[in-house]
Amino acid sequence: MADILTGAALFILAVTALGLFRVLRAEFAVERMMAVQLLGTGGAAALLLLGAASGTGAMTDVALLLMLFAAFSCAAFALGQASPSVEGAERREDGA
Amino acid sequence: MTLLLDLALVAWLLALALHIARVRDDRNAIVAFIGFGLLLGLGWTRLASLDVALTEAAIGGGVTGVLLLRAEAHLRPGKASGASVSHGGKTLAAIACAMVAAGLALAVLAFPSPAPTLAPAAATALPSTGLGNPVTAVLLAYRALDTLLEKVVLILALIGVWSLAPDHLWGGAPSLRPDVVPEPLAYLAQTLPPFGVLIAVYMFWVGADAPGGTFQGGTVLAAMWLLVMLARLRPAPETRRRSVRLVLIGGPTLFLAIGFLGFAMAGGFLAYPESIAKPLIVGIEAALTLSIAATLGLLVAGPAQTAPGR
Amino acid sequence: MAPADAFTLLFVTAGAILFLAGTLGLLRFPDTLSRLHALSKADNLGLGLIVIGLLPQCDSVTAGLKLVCVWLLAQLSAATASQLIAGAVYRRKSGP
Repeated sequence: MADILTGAALFILAVTALGLFRVLRAEFAVERMMAVQLLGTGGAAALLLLGAASGTGAMTDVALLLMLFAAFSCAAFALGQASPSVEGAERREDGA
Repeated sequence: MTLLLDLALVAWLLALALHIARVRDDRNAIVAFIGFGLLLGLGWTRLASLDVALTEAAIGGGVTGVLLLRAEAHLRPGKASGASVSHGGKTLAAIACAMVAAGLALAVLAFPSPAPTLAPAAATALPSTGLGNPVTAVLLAYRALDTLLEKVVLILALIGVWSLAPDHLWGGAPSLRPDVVPEPLAYLAQTLPPFGVLIAVYMFWVGADAPGGTFQGGTVLAAMWLLVMLARLRPAPETRRRSVRLVLIGGPTLFLAIGFLGFAMAGGFLAYPESIAKPLIVGIEAALTLSIAATLGLLVAGPAQTAPGR
Repeated sequence: MAPADAFTLLFVTAGAILFLAGTLGLLRFPDTLSRLHALSKADNLGLGLIVIGLLPQCDSVTAGLKLVCVWLLAQLSAATASQLIAGAVYRRKSGP
């Protein structure tokens, strides 16, 4: 069972990494914010699976913190993105 | 299977690090760096260092990100006109980084095997502290002096940040001043902190016997406080307020006081009498958690930007 | 195989497939809002299924409750973060 759960964690991390590199290379800055959200969810899922595979209950705490700080960072980034000065710079840089 | 997972994790971490170093735009690099912190947290769990994993997720994936984002926002107006680092400068930085990496690699490869370890000694002395988590025992009992100094350094860093304020603003409030607060953010700042505070208390409490502890709990509290300030639900406090300063120095002061009491009660600085070791340690931890939360929050908030009210 | 393990296997597999679906959406969908949709919905459902799948593997009720808490936190943070990102995309498009 432990091997199967570890395998599932590896699979989820692999597809998350694939999505991560797609998102990080996106042309708009707003889209890159998804990277943090993606890692929060994917990372939490992988941690829960690994925790169950190894029988370490404290792994759930790491997943909890990962989720919490992914949300926090996303909020902080959105705030910078919402300010007009960034909007202007962003538009220039995208050529839109 | 686990070997494959570890190899894949190392490969992704390296790829993400290269991406951060190569990317041109600062904001992109910061977002990728936050992601790197979260992934590195996962990496630490693979080394069975859950305490470090928790700290990395909190500091690397959270507070450092906001700090960098705010620094970048401050620098942006000047950057549009100023020239970026020259080609030679970049090459020099690359060479220096490569040398540090090579030195670290050499040092790691030169470790004796099996490595000399104090782990058995730490485990045998654990019952006398009343704690169940050896990491907390190292931090607050065996090497308490290091932890005490570390907290004092945090306060010194905060004084350094505060002293960047011009004279007439000294003692005033820092300003996080977002131009626009999107509605979902205000909602998040109202709903997330109750959960965050609960998680912080849990982290602090569980730290005695399982991974977790003051630093993790304090960082979660700081993040929740920052969220509330960023969403403009509460203004940042004036830095001259007595209550603010008391919270800031409360933890280290209590730690120091109990340290000196050690002379009278247990025959040495920072020595705890065995019968009440655990209550003393938990008390120090509680005060330290609040101090760390206040210090980290105010460090990110920055120097005073409004004049103190009369 | 014990019924509990079979249950875990079924739900974890379903969750992993949803993560794959989310990444496929992220790679293939044409515009930012659709990609955001793929990320926030599929990944969160995947995490939820994995949490359900891991529940029989928990050794205590509190461990199970903690797993559910991770998922609830993911719900709250993913929903808000997606709104924030979508808001930033919208402002960027319809801005002055």
